[in-house]
Amino acid sequence: MTQEMLLRQIIDYANRADPYPLYTELRKKPVRQEGDELFVVSTYWEIKSLLHDPRISSDARNLSPGAAGTLLQEEEDSPLPPAFLRLDPPEHDRLRRMAMRPFGPPETPRRVYNMRGELARIVDDLIDGFGDRKEVDIVDDFSYPFPVTVICRLLGIPREDEARFHSWADIIAAGLDPDPGGDPGEQRRATHEARTELGMYLSGLIDERSGAPGDDMLSALVTQQGPDGQMSRMEVLSTAALLLIAGHETTVNLITNGTLTLLRNPDVLERLRNDSRLAVPLVEELLRFEPPVQLLPQRTTLADIDIAGTTIPEGASVWLVLAAGNRDPQRFPDPDRFDPDRPDIQHLGFGSGIHNCFGAPLARLEAQLALTALAHRLDGPRLLDDPPPYRQNAVLRGPRHLNIAFDGLRS
Amino acid sequence: MSGDGALERLRREGRIVIVGASLAGLRAAETLRKEGFTGSLTLIGDEPHEPYDRPPLSKQVLLGHASADRTELPRRHGLDAQWRLGVAAAGLDMAAGRVRLDDGDEVEYDRLLITTGVRARPWPHPAEAELDGVFVLRTRDDAARLQRRLAASPRRVLVIGAGFTGSEIASACRERGLPVTVAERGAAPLVGALGGVIGQVAAELQRAHGVDLRCGIMVTGLEGDSAGRLRRAHLSDGTSIDTDVAVVSLGATRNTEWLAGSGLGAGPRGIACDAGCRAFDVRGIVTDDIFVAGDVARSPHALFGYQFLSLEHWGNAVAQAATAAHNMISSSSERRPHLWVPAFWSSQFGVNIKSVGVPSLGEEVIVAQGSLADHRFTGVYGYQGRVIAAVSFDQTKWLEFYQRQIESGAPFPPEYSSVDRRTEGLRPVPADFPDPSLPTHGPTVTVSGYSPTDQRITFTPGRG
Repeated sequence: MTQEMLLRQIIDYANRADPYPLYTELRKKPVRQEGDELFVVSTYWEIKSLLHDPRISSDARNLSPGAAGTLLQEEEDSPLPPAFLRLDPPEHDRLRRMAMRPFGPPETPRRVYNMRGELARIVDDLIDGFGDRKEVDIVDDFSYPFPVTVICRLLGIPREDEARFHSWADIIAAGLDPDPGGDPGEQRRATHEARTELGMYLSGLIDERSGAPGDDMLSALVTQQGPDGQMSRMEVLSTAALLLIAGHETTVNLITNGTLTLLRNPDVLERLRNDSRLAVPLVEELLRFEPPVQLLPQRTTLADIDIAGTTIPEGASVWLVLAAGNRDPQRFPDPDRFDPDRPDIQHLGFGSGIHNCFGAPLARLEAQLALTALAHRLDGPRLLDDPPPYRQNAVLRGPRHLNIAFDGLRS
Repeated sequence: MSGDGALERLRREGRIVIVGASLAGLRAAETLRKEGFTGSLTLIGDEPHEPYDRPPLSKQVLLGHASADRTELPRRHGLDAQWRLGVAAAGLDMAAGRVRLDDGDEVEYDRLLITTGVRARPWPHPAEAELDGVFVLRTRDDAARLQRRLAASPRRVLVIGAGFTGSEIASACRERGLPVTVAERGAAPLVGALGGVIGQVAAELQRAHGVDLRCGIMVTGLEGDSAGRLRRAHLSDGTSIDTDVAVVSLGATRNTEWLAGSGLGAGPRGIACDAGCRAFDVRGIVTDDIFVAGDVARSPHALFGYQFLSLEHWGNAVAQAATAAHNMISSSSERRPHLWVPAFWSSQFGVNIKSVGVPSLGEEVIVAQGSLADHRFTGVYGYQGRVIAAVSFDQTKWLEFYQRQIESGAPFPPEYSSVDRRTEGLRPVPADFPDPSLPTHGPTVTVSGYSPTDQRITFTPGRG
């Protein structure tokens, strides 16, 4: 098998349901050159080391045009300035610090914790919404609507506008996952329109909140006067859009992958039903075993980097295959086994280093609550399709539908 | 004991004694049990408390956010140990394999681990040190006393010595809204540990937070009133400061006096041991049955030319204790060297400071990322053309990279491009460490040459 073929196979939709044998193949050469300017890194310690390497840039302006774009769908040209995900320090640090002030410690340590009760109610309402049905699609009926609703509440979107917000999110998410049978031009146009409308809507909301701030995150972003000063309107918009997009699809996949994995491991599901404390290590193991972000394709070298016997030259694109590192037998014994009892699950599911997942504490809590509630409330759940149909996207990998059957709901 | 049978017997029914029941002692005990030691285990500690964590004492405890009696270290394993707390070790008979306690009791051992650590260096003038209002900060009881006094809103707090502990105390006082004067003999705070270039940043931080910082100055006397309460401090520039609290933060003294005359290679700079944590005797011969770990140890380090290092670092205590415990019950081929790269952290004035390597060996420093003026940067230290240490102010996440640079002996100055490299990061400057022979607040890393023996042992007076 040639190197070139291997990466193309990973991107090939035919291998979406189980890319892990390809990752095993990939790890045989920890740092693999794929074409002139693209290097793929697949082993745990090498990925970890590059995530902490200041010679690696996340700034899209440093990305060489030829390398990554040929294999992955180019991102939508956004009218907004890049959010911190695609910036380097010091701009990244400043914006991320300002976004963190109203979200987490040290300034707001209880934001996520205080959402517990509300999150649990949203989950219960969604499960109640299954009604008398004995078959549901976990994606459309549960794991998809949940994170959007959570982000609406976090940002402080008024309840009456949540439906509009959902529909924009749907279209933007679909744009991240192009339908191979659809009209690409039409889809781009729809995505662009949804982004514009969402931007205008948020812009109006920002005006409202700067006059009459609430205790939501958008108000805090608009009005904060911290040591880093104030965010510009454009920065607030791009940050809010980042929280929506980065926090949405990934959480959908985490919960869907979790449901799928639990149904494939009924003994673990049974344990979770009897002891909800298992949810914490279980979600960590899930982030190792089926990470929602399979690889990070957006990094560039600012200098030559010697790693694992290879020199990645300055200006190359680097793909960090987190999901392959998570199954590196040099790091995790028996890596292809799903085992929430592992004494050491320091996975790469949320990345590492300065770009480690901003929303991780919220994503963890959402997944813990969602999976625990499903375990408690579904009577005799089982998979209808295994493997389920997957989305196109090789990076944000997850099922498009997850049809399950069950005998009834417990209250 | 010798031979495999003897080792098996030791692991099954041997007697292990650990002198020093703090972080290193506890972690060693846990490792012994985890690795299958089933014999008798005795922990001896001079404080009456079970092992507790010290880093919070100068931070959360002084702020009143956590109570001093709630800092016990979590237990990871059941220990099944005999605890002799509130009793100090008073002597060692190496030939008989016996530790003498200050209550007259004696405890016999087959293997001994010494983790007696350090204590706060007291104010040199005993009568002045006795004044009500003069404190040191090392133990839980020290922290509880100081916290109570700070809560009573003193007019001013004088911190003597601006090392890490002194600076953290000043930070906590400012956070409580108390007026603070810091008197430092060196040119800047943290200068012994991080050098003058980084020390200037620490000085700016202190002043920006309202500390009355006075460098290049010594406190020459503490004056009390007729009731024995501290009222005033006299400084070497002829001025004086009215204050009712003084915290003496002049570094630490190693708890080795109890070993005077024992024949062990112990002295004011610690107890010398080999890379496998086995103690040296005064002749420079390594012992078979006595091991050392934590703040009190001096051990040679491969990354620093096999010079002996003493590290007053939390992480070192944990790592060295685990290595010592493993080696105590292993055959020579299974023993491991202690290869920990020095690392420590501090939080003060809202900034998270972290360091890896041995900055005080650095000849030059370069601001590899960020900017000194922003008080947010990563400084990299060079020694003889290679990277020897790094320190970050609010940029902790990059240090893992620089640790690997240290481990691999990467060239200094770094010449590659990186994110956030500013113009000040283009050229290294002298790191500006003070002459190490001048006493100051005391660096937390001490490099002490190649000799395993410390002849000054004979000059060490006994305690009390």
